[in-house]
Amino acid sequence: MRKIFLPLLVITAALFAYSPYYINQAPYESTMLLVQKIFYYHFATWMAGATAVIVCGVASGYYLFKGSVVADRVAVATAELGVIFGAFGLISGTLWGRKAWGTWWAGDARVSMALVAELIFIGYLLVRKYGGPGSEKLSAAMGVFGAATAPFIYKSVDWWRTIHPKTSVMSSLNDTPGGVIMWNIVLFCTLAFMLLLTVVLAARMRLEELRADLDRLYLEAED
Amino acid sequence: MFARVALLVLKKDIAIELRSYEIISTTTFFAAACVTIFSFAFTRDDETMAMSAAGIVWIAIAFSGTLALSRTFERERYGETLKALLLAPASRPAIYVGKLLGILCLIFATEILVVPMVALMFQSPLFNRPGMLLGLLVTGTIGYAAVGTLFAAMLVRARTRDVMLPILLYPITIPVIIAGVEGTTALMLSPPDEAMASLWLALLAFFDVVFVTLSLWMFEPLMTE
Amino acid sequence: MSDPDAFDRVDLTDLSRNFGRRRAVSRVSLALRRGDILGLLGPNGAGKSTLLSMLATLVTPTSGTIAYGRWNTKEHGVEIRRRLGVLGHELHLYPELSARENLQFFADLYDLRDAGVVERALDQAGLTERADDQVSSFSRGMRQRLALERSLMHQPTLVLLDEPFTGLDDRAVGIVTQRFRGLAAAGAILVVATHDLDVADGLITRMAVMQAGKLLLATDSGTNVRQQYRALVGAA
Repeated sequence: MRKIFLPLLVITAALFAYSPYYINQAPYESTMLLVQKIFYYHFATWMAGATAVIVCGVASGYYLFKGSVVADRVAVATAELGVIFGAFGLISGTLWGRKAWGTWWAGDARVSMALVAELIFIGYLLVRKYGGPGSEKLSAAMGVFGAATAPFIYKSVDWWRTIHPKTSVMSSLNDTPGGVIMWNIVLFCTLAFMLLLTVVLAARMRLEELRADLDRLYLEAED
Repeated sequence: MFARVALLVLKKDIAIELRSYEIISTTTFFAAACVTIFSFAFTRDDETMAMSAAGIVWIAIAFSGTLALSRTFERERYGETLKALLLAPASRPAIYVGKLLGILCLIFATEILVVPMVALMFQSPLFNRPGMLLGLLVTGTIGYAAVGTLFAAMLVRARTRDVMLPILLYPITIPVIIAGVEGTTALMLSPPDEAMASLWLALLAFFDVVFVTLSLWMFEPLMTE
Repeated sequence: MSDPDAFDRVDLTDLSRNFGRRRAVSRVSLALRRGDILGLLGPNGAGKSTLLSMLATLVTPTSGTIAYGRWNTKEHGVEIRRRLGVLGHELHLYPELSARENLQFFADLYDLRDAGVVERALDQAGLTERADDQVSSFSRGMRQRLALERSLMHQPTLVLLDEPFTGLDDRAVGIVTQRFRGLAAAGAILVVATHDLDVADGLITRMAVMQAGKLLLATDSGTNVRQQYRALVGAA
C-alpha cells in the first residue's frame, strides 16, 4: 500500500481537479438549472459513505469473532470516514432539497434514514472515545448493527410514499436528452470519491499502525 | 437445556422483582409521567392531535424501556452476578434470552397501562383493530428489547453506561420505532388501513429476526473482555 | 475428586494482558497442580485480579496461553467453567433473594441434580437457621461464607478466591482455612489472592508475588510469607 499511495493520491487529486470542468460540460437540467449539478458530488459521496459503512460492519464482525487487530483498525477508520462522507452527503442533499422541493428539510424517508445511519456511526465514535477500557468491542457491536440497517435505508424509499427520487433514478437517466454524458459524469465522480475513500483510509490506517507502535513502545519501556 | 437455562434466569428475575416491585412501579410511573407531559404539549381540539397518539405511545415505550433496561442490569452489576451467570457452564445465548424475556415482561406490563391511557387522554381510536395493534406492540417491543438487552448487558462493565445506553440504543432502534408509529397510525385512520399496517407489521417481524439473530450471535464474544 | 475427565494441572505460559498502554499482566508463567494452594500476593494494582479473571475465562489474554490440562478456553469453555469455582471480590449473590434461593438458583444453573446439595452448602456456611432470610440482611462475614459455599457447590477442580477472608472474624477464618485445606487434600487446585499475609502464612503451599503486572517470585514454600514479601515489595 505504501508504494502505490503517492501515485494513488496524485490520481485522486487529478480526478478532483478535472471534475468541475467535466460537470460543467453536462447539459443544464431543464427545471433545476445550475443546482442540479450538486447531484454529481452528492450521489458520489453517498456511494463512498455507504461503502465505508459496509466495510466498517464487516470489519467489526471480523474483529469480534477473530480478534483481528487490523480489522479493528479498518473499522474505526471507516466509521470516521462514514461520518464525514455522511455529513457531506446530508449537507449537499439539503442544498439540493431547498431547490428541488422548495424546503430545506422535507422529513422524507431516505433523508431521515440517512440521518439515522449518521447518528449510529457518530455513536460508534462516541462509545469508542468515552466507553472506557474494552470499548473496542462495544463499538464493534455498533458497527455491525449500523451496517445491518444500511440495506433498510436503501430500500426505505420504496416502502415509504415519499418525494425522494426512487432507486430507479439512475436507469431513467438514459432516456433523457444528454443522459449518456450525465451518466458518465456520475461514474467519474463516483470513481473520484471512491479513490478519495481509499487514499484517506490508507492514511488513517497508517496513523492507527503508528499509534499501535507507540503503545507497544510504551509497554516495552515499562518492562 | 437452552430453554431450561433461559427460563431459570427469567424465573429468578421475576422472583427478585416480586420482592420489591421496584422496576415495574418506577417504569410504569415514568411512562405515565411521559404521557402526561406529552398530553400538555400536543393537546388541541382537532384531529391531528388525536393522530399523534401513535407517536406518543411508542416514545413512552422507548423511554420507559431504557429505564427498565438500565435498572435490570444495575441489579446484575451490583454483586457482579452477571459475571456469575457468565461463569456458569450454561449456554451464554440462553442467558441472554432469559434476560430478554424478563425485560419483555416489564415493557409489556408498562404497555398495558400506557396504551389505554393514551387512548383516553388523546381521544384516539387506538383500538380500531385490537388484534393488529397487539401484533405491532409485541413485534416492536421484541425488536427494541433485543437490541437493548444486548447493549445494556455489555455496558455493565463500562463506567459511562448510563449515558451510553440511550446513545447506542436509540439510533439503532429508530427504524423499529418508526415502523411501530407508522403501523399504529395506519390503524387509527377511518377506515383503518389494514394493508398498510400489515406491511409495517411484516417489517417489524423482519427486524425482530435480524436483531435477535445478530444479538444471539454477538452476545458471547461481546461478554468476554 | 471424583471427576475423571477433569484437568489435573493448569499451565500459564508467557501470559500478558494490556489495557491500552497499561500492562496489567506481563509475561507470567506458572504451573498449578492438584493439591496446590497458591497464595497470589502483591500490592493493589499488581495485576492479581486480571490474572484471576483470565483464569476464570472472563478476560482474554493479549498474548500467551492458559492450558487446563489438554483443554483451552476457546474450544472447551463450557467444560472448563463446569469445573471452575470463583469467589469474586463482589460476592456474586442476589441481595433480594434468600440464602436458600441463591444457592438453589445456582445449583439449577449448574445443573446439579443432587437434592441435598443446597442443604449441605447451607450447613457448611453455618446458615441453616437463617436459610430463608434475605441476603441483604446478612453481615459481611455471613455473606462471605455463603458466597464461598456457593462457589464450591459444584465441587470445582480449580478454585479462584479473591480476598476470601474479608469481613470474617477469627473463628470464621479458622473454619474457612480448614475448608481450603480439605479441598486441596481432595485434589482441587486453589488460587488465593489476598493481602492478609498472616492468614496466608501456613495455609498456602506455594506463593507467587506480583508487582506492576510482573511475577517477582514463585516459590514452593508457604512459610515466612511476610519476610519474603517485605524483601520483595517493601513494607507491607
